Amino acid sequence: MKILVPVKRVIDYNVKPRVRADGSGVDLANVKMSMNPFDEIAVEEAVRLKEKGVATEVVAVSIGSAKAQEVLRTALAMGADRAILIESDAEVEPLAVAKLLAAVQAEEQAGLMILGKQAIDDDSNQTGQMLAALLDLPQATFASKLEVAADSVTVTREVDGGLETLKLDLPAIVTTDLRLNEPRYASLPNIMKAKSKPLATRAVADFGVDVTPRLETLKVTEPAKRVAGVKVADVDELVAKLKSLGVAA
Amino acid sequence: MKTLLWVEHEDGGIKDATLSSVTAAARIGEVHLLVVGYDVGAVATQAAAIAGVQKVHVADDVAYAHALAENVAPLIVQLMAGHDVFVAPATSNGKNIAPRVAALLDVMQISDILSVEEDGSFTRPIYAGNAVATVRSRDAKKVVTVRGTAFDKAAREGGSAAIETVASTGDRGVSAFVSAVIVRQERPELTSAKMIVAGGRALKDSETFAQHLFPLADKLGAAVGASRAAVDAGYVPNDYQVGQTGKIVAPEIYLAVGISGAIQHLAGMKDSKTIIAINKDADAPIFQVADIGLVGDLFQVVPELTAKL
Ligand SMILES: Cc1cc2nc3c(=O)[nH]c(=O)nc-3n(C[C@H](O)[C@H](O)[C@H](O)COP(=O)(O)OP(=O)(O)OC[C@H]3O[C@@H](n4cnc5c(N)ncnc54)[C@H](O)[C@@H]3O)c2cc1C
Ligand SMILES: Nc1ncnc2c1ncn2[C@@H]1O[C@H](COP(=O)(O)O)[C@@H](O)[C@H]1O
Repeated sequence: MKILVPVKRVIDYNVKPRVRADGSGVDLANVKMSMNPFDEIAVEEAVRLKEKGVATEVVAVSIGSAKAQEVLRTALAMGADRAILIESDAEVEPLAVAKLLAAVQAEEQAGLMILGKQAIDDDSNQTGQMLAALLDLPQATFASKLEVAADSVTVTREVDGGLETLKLDLPAIVTTDLRLNEPRYASLPNIMKAKSKPLATRAVADFGVDVTPRLETLKVTEPAKRVAGVKVADVDELVAKLKSLGVAA
Repeated sequence: MKTLLWVEHEDGGIKDATLSSVTAAARIGEVHLLVVGYDVGAVATQAAAIAGVQKVHVADDVAYAHALAENVAPLIVQLMAGHDVFVAPATSNGKNIAPRVAALLDVMQISDILSVEEDGSFTRPIYAGNAVATVRSRDAKKVVTVRGTAFDKAAREGGSAAIETVASTGDRGVSAFVSAVIVRQERPELTSAKMIVAGGRALKDSETFAQHLFPLADKLGAAVGASRAAVDAGYVPNDYQVGQTGKIVAPEIYLAVGISGAIQHLAGMKDSKTIIAINKDADAPIFQVADIGLVGDLFQVVPELTAKL
């Protein structure tokens, strides 16, 4: 079984984003960029399934600028077999990403597609569900456990009240939550090896997908800032504060 | 404009997240609700009583019992022929279903809206809430999910909407519910609590977490939350997590105990009215957003605080 893993290059999760003063967006010049953390979890899960002999091939796909090659190399260093970059300098919205991924799936015929539950830049949380809709396949979002059988996958999901387990026919789409696994660090030898693994570059036009944005961003602003308040010296002072807020008896 | 709002319900009751979404939908246009599930007659009656609701559509079928997106989305798509905007609360079920509907309608979803603007645009948080984008959709029909903390809850009483039954679109037969482990909290629910006591990695293990935070929360009548580190380490179940990828909360008072204040955690609680932090590190980032801070060892401070309340 082949597994397809879409990975997005985003601002590193340790960096505090800065909003441009002119309201045009978030400043990404000279900012550390990395693979979306949920996508690292997706790659890790796919590679583990290959190591267990469940999967035969892991293919990483990214839609983005030429620089997205970096995150594809990271996926290859973690153990993916090959990578596809669909190059676009303009930002591609989740709906169009899902359409491109559906077109890739038409070529690849993967048995399982594992995506991150959300990209930490747009925080959309929609691409996986959209891909499932476009391919008319079952979906399990927010996965914290995954068991693959011959023609089905059983997925435990993190939901509002706790955990829920679903069984989906394959092929299927799964999106990862934080506790699915802990992604490995690529070793130096594997980073070296990844350099010679195949990475195909394709153009958006190859897939005949219209990627014209549907949403227009009118402005991007900084949310109201909180300011540090007061420090109290001891518990008695804290109790007094709580009383003044009307909560303590 | 006619909106169609997917109603989140559990054990025969409508969840608060739905009420906030009613308020958001009312800013967009006429509010029509969709109650989908199995044996949901009583839920439909409650839905019809919500203030501001014009119509309730009910689809009752065993195929809808577990809100499987594969079964529910086609029903919504069919109803969208007569509506302009699909609205869902940004809960785990809402986030699961809405994008599937959006793709089937060929529209870009607007996730997690914070406001509906006069000109029909929406604001939404991006980058873990470190930025707020104002966006306008060019799609003819729209799909939005609503951040519950950003809108007041509509009143549960006062409406008298007509109830209309919709035929089931059936079971697609590609996915099945197996089981669920739903934790029934005796304490208030996180997303609607007036006060939250939350613990972090510093709580050491599940026993010390329970021993220190539960009595304090109970004295204050507060809900209990946690940082990702505390959940990952197994101190408390996943549904306690507050943050960018956990629950978004905005209580009157948020008391953070032994939580450093990583941006992903702040993303979930920085809209709380008053933030109180207890941390032994005076330089912990949580103090930059806290209205009231106490520098100290939680293992001394918390028992003393609980005793003195
Ligand atoms: C993609 C992604 C998504 C994430 N989503 C979330 C999310 O939704 N929610 C979330 O919370 N995190 C999230 N995180 C994790 C986040 O980055 C932090 O790692 C996490 O919030 C840290 O938890 P903590 O504050 O409990 O632990 P730490 O950062 O280890 O902080 C522990 C704090 O306790 C204090 N302390 C220690 N001992 C004592 C004592 N005896 N008395 C008082 N204070 C003490 C320390 O000074 C320290 O400040 C996410 C991370 C990623 C990469
Ligand atoms: N440009 C992209 N390239 C590859 N994968 C993507 C891209 N955008 C989104 N994805 C995938 O979709 C998931 C959810 O993204 P989003 O819906 O934008 O929050 C991510 O975790 C990725 O797995």
